[in-house]
Amino acid sequence: MSIGPIPEPTPETLAFWQGTAAGELRIQRCRACENFYFYPRPFCPKCNSDEVEWQPVSGKAQLASYIINYRPYEDFQTEEPQIIALVTLAEGPRMCTNIVGVAPDPDQLPLGLALQVAFEPRGEQFLPVFKPARS
Amino acid sequence: MAMMSPNGGHIAIVGASESSRIGVVPDMSMIQLHADAARLALEDAGLTPADVDGIATAETQVIEVAAMLGIRPRWMDGTTIGGCSFLAHVRHAAAAIATGQADVVLITHGESGRSWVGMPNYSMNPRGPDGQFEQPFGAITPYSLFTLPALAFLEARGMSQRDLAEVVVAQREWAIPNERAQRRSAVTVDEVLAGPRVAYPFTRDMCCVVTDGGGALVLVSAERARDLPSRDRAVYLLGSGEACESVLVSQMDDLTSFGSFRRASAEAFATAGVGHADIDHAMFYDAFAHLPLYMLEDTGFVSFGESGGFFADGHTRPGGRLPVNTQGGGMSYSHSGMYGMFAIQESMRQLRGEAVVQVPGIETSFVQGVGGLFWSAASLILSNRQP
Repeated sequence: MSIGPIPEPTPETLAFWQGTAAGELRIQRCRACENFYFYPRPFCPKCNSDEVEWQPVSGKAQLASYIINYRPYEDFQTEEPQIIALVTLAEGPRMCTNIVGVAPDPDQLPLGLALQVAFEPRGEQFLPVFKPARS
Repeated sequence: MAMMSPNGGHIAIVGASESSRIGVVPDMSMIQLHADAARLALEDAGLTPADVDGIATAETQVIEVAAMLGIRPRWMDGTTIGGCSFLAHVRHAAAAIATGQADVVLITHGESGRSWVGMPNYSMNPRGPDGQFEQPFGAITPYSLFTLPALAFLEARGMSQRDLAEVVVAQREWAIPNERAQRRSAVTVDEVLAGPRVAYPFTRDMCCVVTDGGGALVLVSAERARDLPSRDRAVYLLGSGEACESVLVSQMDDLTSFGSFRRASAEAFATAGVGHADIDHAMFYDAFAHLPLYMLEDTGFVSFGESGGFFADGHTRPGGRLPVNTQGGGMSYSHSGMYGMFAIQESMRQLRGEAVVQVPGIETSFVQGVGGLFWSAASLILSNRQP
């Protein structure tokens, strides 16, 4: 069991968390304006259309910004630095996540770094985290 | 009653005070900090709780503050949009007074942010957007969330961690003579960079202090202000604006420029009918060192990429052409969790000629607030002269 806050899906977000449990990153796309968007909502925040669908996406992303948190929140019961990042998915939307599989060292974390999604268990859910993509 | 404009100097702030003590005040609860500041602000105005018919506060229930002071309001505002709520309250109160919904509005803030006396329990909501899409990754505390876009901002401009440190050094200069300021030692850029690591690229002194404190304001029409003993110290609202975006930092429209700063400040300047060159003094809500950089650019005082140099070159320091955060700011003076009230209080002191480090001869002050973690913004333009 991993330590840390455990997300609790709501009806609007359930498909997202079912996706991560199945090893897929699923986000929503508007059929009317073809906009991919995040976080989950049952209508398009760009054009207000109800014609939206869930789609598995590539899981490819780029590092948009990050911090290295040297004082992790007490729930994590660790003093290991955490890389907390904002990543831009290849399909457009941005997400908050953790970068894993790389040292918490700014020299290893240039903005624009190519990333690939991975899934880590947290309670009954699986969190989408990102690791440097293999070149 | 004829309708008047809330902007353009028709509404006056006639009472302003912080709580009698700020910093570490474990013998006063949150609500007592509200009440202490409220009574001092009313005394400053030459009014009593019995004169108040409008009341506003954030986070704490308006009802609780009103009951504590024995006020029976006919107008209430509990707008809670983060630490800039109090700027929004000034704007809302001005509209209420201008339309005859209230005659004397009291705005209060109190927060036992350091000692946590009489404060509500903090709890995360694992079903909210933040509880599902930020907090599981450790983006929980302000220093691990508000800070997230900073590297993107710096990189877009070819700026660096040193530019964050320059902001700290420039603002500390104002705090050194100020006995109410929490951090008063002179620091160098290298010392700031070598300080305890909090969240790269932020070191300790690039993050705000955490304090107990309160503050309150009293607003009336400019006409009513003329009859008060505080009339010679009245400060007038020239213009105001407010804006919001998302409760998820990841969903900012642009990580490198905050749209809510741009929209709120543009409305403040448009409603005030003044330009940037008319502003003598500014308060930029600085929970962290990157915020004054965003604000300086997004509110239009400097162009893209010029904010770092503006701080480093001394333009915001004593004697500079735009004195900024003149009591030391949230990073050196005091920050209870919602700093907006403290920013307004320093503008009031400066415009009344009563600041610890007084900027000589000023007439106008611009206050830029931020709410939550890049959630919202509000702006005020104040003057000691009625247009």
